Amino acid sequence: MAEGKNKGLVLLDFWVSPFGQRCRIALAEKGIPYEYSEQELLGTKSDLLLRSNPVHKKIPVLLHDGRPVCESLVILNYLDEVYSGKPLLPSDPYARAGARFWAAYSDKVYELGTRLWKLGGDARAKARAELLQVLANLDGELGDRAFFGGAEFGFVDVAVVPFVPWLPSFERYGEFSVEEAAPRLAAWARRCAGRESVAGSLHPPEKVDEFITMLKKHYGIE
Amino acid sequence: MEKTPENASQAAPLKLFGSWASSYTHRVQLALRLKGLEFEYAEEDLGSKSNELLRHNPVYKKVPVLVHGGRALPESVIILQYLDDAWPETRPLLPADAFDRALARFWCHFADDKLGPAVGAVFASMGEDQEAAVRQVHENLALIEAELRDGAFKGRRFFGGDEVGLLDVVLGCGSYWLAVFEEVTGVRLVDADAFPLFHAWLRDFEALDEVRETIPAVDRLLEYARGVRHMLLGLAGAGAAAASAAAAAPAEAPAAPAPAPAADIAVDI
Repeated sequence: MAEGKNKGLVLLDFWVSPFGQRCRIALAEKGIPYEYSEQELLGTKSDLLLRSNPVHKKIPVLLHDGRPVCESLVILNYLDEVYSGKPLLPSDPYARAGARFWAAYSDKVYELGTRLWKLGGDARAKARAELLQVLANLDGELGDRAFFGGAEFGFVDVAVVPFVPWLPSFERYGEFSVEEAAPRLAAWARRCAGRESVAGSLHPPEKVDEFITMLKKHYGIE
Repeated sequence: MEKTPENASQAAPLKLFGSWASSYTHRVQLALRLKGLEFEYAEEDLGSKSNELLRHNPVYKKVPVLVHGGRALPESVIILQYLDDAWPETRPLLPADAFDRALARFWCHFADDKLGPAVGAVFASMGEDQEAAVRQVHENLALIEAELRDGAFKGRRFFGGDEVGLLDVVLGCGSYWLAVFEEVTGVRLVDADAFPLFHAWLRDFEALDEVRETIPAVDRLLEYARGVRHMLLGLAGAGAAAASAAAAAPAEAPAAPAPAPAADIAVDI
């Protein structure tokens, strides 16, 4: 039974986290009210965060009446199941499986992109090659459709769009161009940028790049 | 009876591409059996994958792939959720409650992202590296044990409740490697005293008819594991870092010209 003060939704998040942004965009798309709670990640993590996600100690965590739901895609599935209104996942079972597949696959954009600024030499070159393949695969999956969800902005769109402000940094560290490597994906990114839920949740690439520079200093990376 | 689209698709044939020693394949076989669904099985030689498999899973080129009415589904946890979506009235694998479903999904990711690679690392290493890997496995098992003892799964026979569910299938198909690896490496992974609830759950899981039908005989698994360990340690002589990195990073191909099973076995849990 939820106590009065624990009622409702609280999102434990970090301003620049693309995984947190997936949740913010989903909540905005569905028109669900929630309390945003910025978490300290580089310094001391809050007791609330440590209690809510003791396994990974990571954001995002969605607290629903005090009970924690962890991991961005788990949260997205949860929101679709609990709240009526605009569903993010398609209703057809095969299309749902495809959406889950590509949303999970898109995590690689961030994993590989991060290696570009963390690593050098052969490791960076390897990450670059893999990232180009991932972007090409996403480009192919999107095809000539407006969104990954087809005519409508959906589950995979929400999953991928938070990585868009990171792409200019990845391009610079990896010395490649998304426009060249994945032109349909680049067009899709521009198409999504003006969407209210997206514009209201994402930070400009310059801010993301500043953050990467700060992280590099923090971890002593050249 | 009039064929609605749902009925028509339920009637369409199922074909599973898999590998006999792959716990990810076993997950799907077990799920199909639990749901009472008939399927054709095609064994893949992971060292020489069929064109059909590569066509059905161009992104990962891996088993298992379930083809339903000609449409391909890769990734075991995604396949299992698909089975529930496509056959909602038949023995659900996921819990009914949304919060419980979120927990099941979370712990499935834990099994694949944390526990599996940790067990693989034990298998692929020796000496101090192995000791560190064993500690990691124990930390991961301790987290699961805690959930069984005081947390989300308290008082349950299976993670799914009275009957096995998604998380049982995911954790269970793979946990049999623990005993096999213990035998082959001589390292204790699941101490019944340290992890009594996990140990009891595994024993109950492995006693189920559908599970016994699905998991290969222990001596076959042992023979296979001995062969892989021998090869991995041979690689370790040549370049320990590369070998353990290859074994512990399931998404990447093995560093040496080893057959793909080396990477599969390393992540299986």
